[in-house]
Amino acid sequence: MTGSIGPGPILPEVSAEIRRTPLYQEHVSAGAKLVAFAGWEMPIHYGSIRSEHLAVRAHAGIFDVSHMGQILTRGPGALACLQHLSSNDVSRLGDGAAQYSLLCRPDGGVLDDLFSYRLSATEFLTVTNAANHAADLAWFRAHGLNADVEIVDAAEDYAMLAVQGPAARRLVAGLGDGPLPERFQIRPGRVAGVEMLIAGTGYTGEDGVELLLAPADAPTVWRALLSAGAVPAGLGARDTLRLEACFHLYGNDLSTDRDPISAGLGWAVKEDSGGIGAEANAAIRAAGPSVRFIAFTLTGPGIPRPGNPVIDSDGHPIGTVTSGSFSPSLEQGIGLAYVLADHAAVGTPLTIDVRGAPREAVVASKPLYPKEPADG
Amino acid sequence: MADGDYPSELKYHAEHDWARVDGDEATFGITWYAQDSLGEVVFFEAPAVGSTVSKDAAYTEVESVKAVSEVIAPLSGEIVAVNEALAANPEAINEDPYGAGWLVKVRLSDPAEIETLLDAAAYAATLP
Repeated sequence: MTGSIGPGPILPEVSAEIRRTPLYQEHVSAGAKLVAFAGWEMPIHYGSIRSEHLAVRAHAGIFDVSHMGQILTRGPGALACLQHLSSNDVSRLGDGAAQYSLLCRPDGGVLDDLFSYRLSATEFLTVTNAANHAADLAWFRAHGLNADVEIVDAAEDYAMLAVQGPAARRLVAGLGDGPLPERFQIRPGRVAGVEMLIAGTGYTGEDGVELLLAPADAPTVWRALLSAGAVPAGLGARDTLRLEACFHLYGNDLSTDRDPISAGLGWAVKEDSGGIGAEANAAIRAAGPSVRFIAFTLTGPGIPRPGNPVIDSDGHPIGTVTSGSFSPSLEQGIGLAYVLADHAAVGTPLTIDVRGAPREAVVASKPLYPKEPADG
Repeated sequence: MADGDYPSELKYHAEHDWARVDGDEATFGITWYAQDSLGEVVFFEAPAVGSTVSKDAAYTEVESVKAVSEVIAPLSGEIVAVNEALAANPEAINEDPYGAGWLVKVRLSDPAEIETLLDAAAYAATLP
């Protein structure tokens, strides 16, 4: 939001209003159940989380993720700026390449997890989590500014759609005007006649693309993708899909109390690139983290939930569940947890204290749901 | 089932539970509104036969993919039977909340409590 600063009447502060994406009416038309999420009114499902989840695993789903934020970093100093802010080595990116990274405090605490796309040598687009966008932008400006960079809040400039599933690429390509970007690449293109940025990224463990486009164009593209056979899928399925794929959810699995090494994200931390938090992360990596981020499956009935204590076979508390749900693909309770490092090996038996009920579990290899080869 | 179906032969608790009273026993379940609000039920673990339930207090839980919901007892008594079929088929709570989706049968300890429950019209009037 832009605002003028200067003389004028002092207005009472307006409480934060719930925001709607440009696809709000499409969601209503599709029968969505809308819920408040990070200040936005978003579809949690369109009737069934389970069937939307399974549609993405079997065919293709379309998610409105327009609540996510975007920051444009541009100018001759853009690379140096992002290299300083990001845990990863941004200099490795060629034009049109995507990279996952963490935004860390000096002590390694995670402020957000990000995808940055190099649009050109002097222009990078970074996608933020909705709940963190304003704080991220402030952090970028406080710690990333240099004489040769401009940091632009681009959140209002983009609607964002994720088309995910084994048929997603085929379906999008059928509406497009050229080849789609490979995984972890981004390129400009047209889908349903609309100019946009197309990225080979996602958050479901399936192949697919994410589309960044002008908000006014979003309904046209949404309808075209539905007509082509994509199933509308809500944030509920998005969460169960990413949980099966063992992707972290900021606020659950990542926070300022967690560092990326303990979180199992050491692969996205390149201490030699010297970003904020590099020294702390290097020290944690060298010493070995005292807790580790694990995936587990229940071996019997029950559904783990965030906050449930994790207990060892002797009854001692050894950690906490940070994400947990019923898995529609596996039809059992699954979760992610931080546990003491000596209980983190795959195959280690655990007990999850689910509101007083002990539920037997085992540390499982990631991802919990293996990705099937794409067919399109 | 039609949206918002509330059979007239049942008694209702404002916390979205129903009771089908038969002499000094009653069958309990959750209402159409409750199952619709919760979404697809994916897990229900029946309480133990022989345990006691108290009117207005939670006696079990039903879980959807995203949510856990406590179930409130509409009347007091002792559980004499539970719906074992729901362990394998919890979606019956959504598909047939007043039939195959019943939760427990209770021997009532204070049948006079029935007078405090709502009839179908009064319950439906409480819903948004």
